[in-house]
Amino acid sequence: MENLLIAESVSKNFGDFTALNNVSISVPKGSVFGLLGPNGAGKTTLIRIINQITMPDTGKIVLDGEPLQSHHIKDIGYLPEERGLYKSMRVGEQALYLAQLKGLSHREAKSRLKWWFERLEIGDWWNKKIQELSKGMAQKIQFIVTVLHQPKLLIFDEPFSGFDPINANLIKDEILRLRDEGSTIIFSTHRMESVEEMCDHIALLHESNKILDGKLNDIKQQYRTNTYEVGLNIDDKETLHKELSSKFSVTQADFRSIREELKLNITLNGNETANGLLNYLTSKAEVSHFVELIPSANDIFIRTVEEN
Amino acid sequence: MNHLPLIIKREYLTKVKNKSFIVMTILSPIIMIALIALVAYLSQLNNNKIKTISVLDESGLVQDIFQDTESTKYHLLENVTLEDAKKIVEETDGFGLLHIGSNSDLKELANTINFYSEDSPSFAIMESLESKIEKRLRELKLKQEGVDLNKINAAKINIEIGQESYSGEKTSKIDNIFKLIFGGLAGYMLFMFIIIYGNMIMRSVIEEKTSRIIEIIISSVKPVQLMLGKIIGTSLAGVTQFIIWIILGGFLLSLVSVIFGIDLMDSQMQQQEVLIQQAMENPEVVNNQIEVVKTAFFNLPILNLIIAFIIFFIGGYLLYSSLYAAIGAAVDNETDTQQFLLPIIMPLVIAVYVGIFTVIEDPHGTVSTVFSYIPLTSPVVMLMRIPFGVPIWEQAISVLILVGSFMFTVWFAAKIYRVGILMYGKKPSYKEVFKWLKY
Repeated sequence: MENLLIAESVSKNFGDFTALNNVSISVPKGSVFGLLGPNGAGKTTLIRIINQITMPDTGKIVLDGEPLQSHHIKDIGYLPEERGLYKSMRVGEQALYLAQLKGLSHREAKSRLKWWFERLEIGDWWNKKIQELSKGMAQKIQFIVTVLHQPKLLIFDEPFSGFDPINANLIKDEILRLRDEGSTIIFSTHRMESVEEMCDHIALLHESNKILDGKLNDIKQQYRTNTYEVGLNIDDKETLHKELSSKFSVTQADFRSIREELKLNITLNGNETANGLLNYLTSKAEVSHFVELIPSANDIFIRTVEEN
Repeated sequence: MNHLPLIIKREYLTKVKNKSFIVMTILSPIIMIALIALVAYLSQLNNNKIKTISVLDESGLVQDIFQDTESTKYHLLENVTLEDAKKIVEETDGFGLLHIGSNSDLKELANTINFYSEDSPSFAIMESLESKIEKRLRELKLKQEGVDLNKINAAKINIEIGQESYSGEKTSKIDNIFKLIFGGLAGYMLFMFIIIYGNMIMRSVIEEKTSRIIEIIISSVKPVQLMLGKIIGTSLAGVTQFIIWIILGGFLLSLVSVIFGIDLMDSQMQQQEVLIQQAMENPEVVNNQIEVVKTAFFNLPILNLIIAFIIFFIGGYLLYSSLYAAIGAAVDNETDTQQFLLPIIMPLVIAVYVGIFTVIEDPHGTVSTVFSYIPLTSPVVMLMRIPFGVPIWEQAISVLILVGSFMFTVWFAAKIYRVGILMYGKKPSYKEVFKWLKY
């Protein structure tokens, strides 16, 4: 798959502090790329370098086959985490100003803004001042301004903070729609459930280094432990538990069910298969529950960060 | 992409449309003029109260010199003792009692003069009384010595030393006053402009920081462009405000002087009366006076002044305002600006003091000359020096230094600006700010 954005061994120091240490990422065209990491890992610095707000000390960025140049500003839309608007300006003129800064003509900006305002049902806000709006309302304006100039690359830093669940969903659908229309999205967040839901690729930064990256599914594959969560219906639970413990590594499992069953996590070693386990279990008891434990993005995040 | 015009337009329009800006623009000249009118009215009130001064002249030598004026009436007392006189004055609520004792020796007589009053009299009243009595006693003394007064009066010669430069340009004292007024006005205007609109720029940078709009804008605009746009836009708003102030102020001033007409002109009228009196004695003097004022004005290097004013005004203003912008970027809120503002205000204040004290004393002395080269003080000091005639090459060097340091300051400020606008949370120290230069 072709990459829209490639960062090659990017490093950045602020005085004695290393913000990024030799970080490389590749963002495939048309993907949703999750840029993850704990606070202070260097995500914002990397995003600012992509936006040409800060210059890297070493390394280079390639956007759509060209080294990053100032004219690429119009190809990128960036929704920063800490975001605000001019408090005393009216919504309409403010959105127009920001759109024009991205290179749209006044007329073009206005017609696109009208379309978006209708779409997000905020048409009657045009003449309001920002200070009259709630935080969530202002977020909608910021979202529109970010995507208005139809950039190839969209960068969202914690896009859902400040939104109620309904509007967060609305914005999520809009982001996915933009991806389907051909935009590439870099998505930086702490909310792992939205990573799970939206990202195809992830990169994990920790203390200025990239410690993990790739397709989310590949990573999950890599991190799976061959553990299965099972529920077994049997009267004599203790005997079966002992018998299984002698054959496999077994821990107590905890999941919701409507019956009093024996709930276990069973980890297979290399040469055993899921089918083999299932056959064995069905010969012993009634199997009411059989699921492979796939590591969640959250598990992977915590595990990798702790390992490093 | 060049967004400068767009940024300037936004900065200008938001400033000009701001309610407090509009209120200030309209209210300031009204308040100023109202204050002037109030002061004029009050001082007139004060003058209108006629003071009655009683005079008890036991020697009988002096009393005929006191003539009533508009504000002071003299009441001559005769054949009463000092104690009675004091009582009379106190009962009749007079302003005070001037007592002149009697002594055949004029010098001794001078020591017997006293003024009694409830409130201590003003300096001006005492001065006028003293000079009147002094003049009379001197005349009497001269007469006693047998000197002919007419001869002395005839021997009075008025001297005014003509001033001329080597190249033959005539100057006069009035010329110098004109130069002072022009230079002082230009320097002071620049000073005020820098302080008012520099602060405005700083506040607007801080506002962008605290509202976090800067995070959104900074991905589409280069920080230098944003900073310059802000400086230029705010300055244009400032120029607009200044022009409105001058027009509105001038209009109101003439309106007030029409309404209170005579009041404001009162002091000038008195001067004119003096002129007219002189004119009756010597008609040439008045013509001369008007001529002198005219030539004083045209003697000023007007073209040079205007060009220099524009160059130094713009240069000095940009120099300072980029520093203000850098300070705004370095801090999180206005209360943190103090430590950084001091080194900016100091040279400005020094410039004005050097301008007022040294340039007047010696416009081409070492101190004035040096300060008119140092970039932080040169705009103010040079503007004050130019009316006294500064060679073009000196002005050119000063402008070059100014432009050079202006470019350096903008570069320096932009460095701080681009780092500072994205730094939050803590109050930076000087050390940290200088570290930013290396980022």
